[in-house]
Amino acid sequence: MGLTITEKILARAAGRGAVEPGDILRVKVDLVMGHDVTLPLSILELGRMGAARVFDAGKVVAVSDHFAPASNVKAAEQIKAVRDFARDQGLVHHFEPGCGQSGVCHALLPEEGLILPGYVVVGADSHTTTYGALGAFGTGMGSTDIAAAMALGETWLRVPQSLRLYYHGQPGRWICGKDLILHTLGRLSVAGAIYKAMEFCGPVIEKLAMSDRFTMCNMAVEAGAKNGIIAPDATTEEYLKGRVTGAYEPLTSDSDACYAVTYDFDCQDLEPQVAFPFSPDNVRPVQDAAAVAIDAVIIGSCTNGRLEDLRVAGEILRGRKVARGVRLIVIPATQRTYLEALKEGLLEVFAEAGAAVGTPTCGPCFGGHMGLLAAGERAVSTTNRNFVGRMGHPESQVYLASPAVAAASAVLGRIAHPEEVAD
Amino acid sequence: MKRLRGKAWRVGDNVDTDQIIAGRYLSLTDPEELGRHCFEGSYPHLAGGFGKGDIIVAGENFGCGSSREHAVIALKALGASCVIARSFARIFFRNCVNLGLLPLECPSGVAGIEAGDELSIDPAEGKVLNLTRGLAFHFGPWPPFLEEILAAGDLTTYVRRQLSQV
Ligand code: SF4
Repeated sequence: MGLTITEKILARAAGRGAVEPGDILRVKVDLVMGHDVTLPLSILELGRMGAARVFDAGKVVAVSDHFAPASNVKAAEQIKAVRDFARDQGLVHHFEPGCGQSGVCHALLPEEGLILPGYVVVGADSHTTTYGALGAFGTGMGSTDIAAAMALGETWLRVPQSLRLYYHGQPGRWICGKDLILHTLGRLSVAGAIYKAMEFCGPVIEKLAMSDRFTMCNMAVEAGAKNGIIAPDATTEEYLKGRVTGAYEPLTSDSDACYAVTYDFDCQDLEPQVAFPFSPDNVRPVQDAAAVAIDAVIIGSCTNGRLEDLRVAGEILRGRKVARGVRLIVIPATQRTYLEALKEGLLEVFAEAGAAVGTPTCGPCFGGHMGLLAAGERAVSTTNRNFVGRMGHPESQVYLASPAVAAASAVLGRIAHPEEVAD
Repeated sequence: MKRLRGKAWRVGDNVDTDQIIAGRYLSLTDPEELGRHCFEGSYPHLAGGFGKGDIIVAGENFGCGSSREHAVIALKALGASCVIARSFARIFFRNCVNLGLLPLECPSGVAGIEAGDELSIDPAEGKVLNLTRGLAFHFGPWPPFLEEILAAGDLTTYVRRQLSQV
């Protein structure tokens, strides 16, 4: 019996020839990540564990992205705790806005070349699944688990069953990774992949750009998945070129690998998708949302704050204005993205349109800072969660959508199909 | 690991961490207080009658939802000696092992246990005895290092010992 890519990665990290779903393994981790919200707790646990040093100062990554630049004094203290820890431990990779490269962790780490195909990455953040887009195994854990991984350089994992999600057909002009994953969530539900690996494949995935692949693996956790993963190919290689130095051996699933379920998605006539409040699986085609008037539009986050996302938004916003009564907030996910968008003139397009353009941060995505919603306000957001109160007041509402839908909605002041606006 | 003995308390499928301990109590840091609010909204009579060492017997996907470690802390403070379920949600299972609460995946046991039954559990043997009904069920076995974490009490203690050996 063949193995899936997820099984192969875990078997290798455990030093075993083969594994089966359900096996509990002790695996070596290639990278451990924590951020300004979760890392302070892990630092405390590390102290209680008596771990004077992390296992490898080059493999423990600290990112201040959630509340940074510090939104209040308590946040400033947390960010300082992370900074002090990074300095004391001599961490090679510590990122903070204003100190060189920085940005939202899940956009930043791949961009910095820290994620390689075949890696096992654990992070104190549920969207650590994002790294599966590069053919790595990434999963989120609690702060205590992450502290142990930082101390020992290993963790225990149960091998998940794999779901095979197969996408075919010729998607239309405005369909991107966000639409594919929202559509998938609508079908599987938020409990549809609990404990499982979501393996995205098929002709549509093969043609998908890296940025869209990141978006899909990012939101695998919204179906309850342990990890999302896409087999590395020429697109992956192209992305890694010039970014990574070390050698890697890309793994792919065997043709006779065993899957718990295979889902088939025909993308031929797929419309842009929107997740209505208050769940990422409450998904309908954009036309069903066309009457919804909005107060705010947020473009950014580890889901859709990459350069490609900003380009799509820029294409729609160029020469247009944000509708009266609507505010548009654009937050490039990383410093590099910010700089590229600046050079390409995208930030100018956004500013001309009337948008507030922010420095890279998670900001409003988790209701942290920089553009929260008041009671009764409605927003279209390119982020990944629209739970009650996620982006502000418990009586605010968030509609999740692609950058194209978000930009078009900003122009029309209601949820809109990109073709209503674009040429 | 020592034998456990206690009375069974039944809960349903897909019990999420919000049902175990509601979000509004997450600012509490005292375990005893967390224990008092355990299952407050969903099984309001449970915390009042729960005896030290009693056992939660649950259906599918126990502990789904957020990754809050508070849920396990609350169950331990409630007095639970272990949780038997058809299946566990992923992060909850981890948090149980890491914080020293035995998660026993035992579908046959769940089918053969009613509320109020007296149970005896031998973790080393992988056996659940239903003393009230004279039934025996098997679970596990645990991989050795998971057992080591449980034997140490919790992950933090386990790691501390490992590190002090090198
Ligand atoms: S951008 Fe949002 S989802 Fe991504 S890491 Fe930050 S808070 Fe989490």
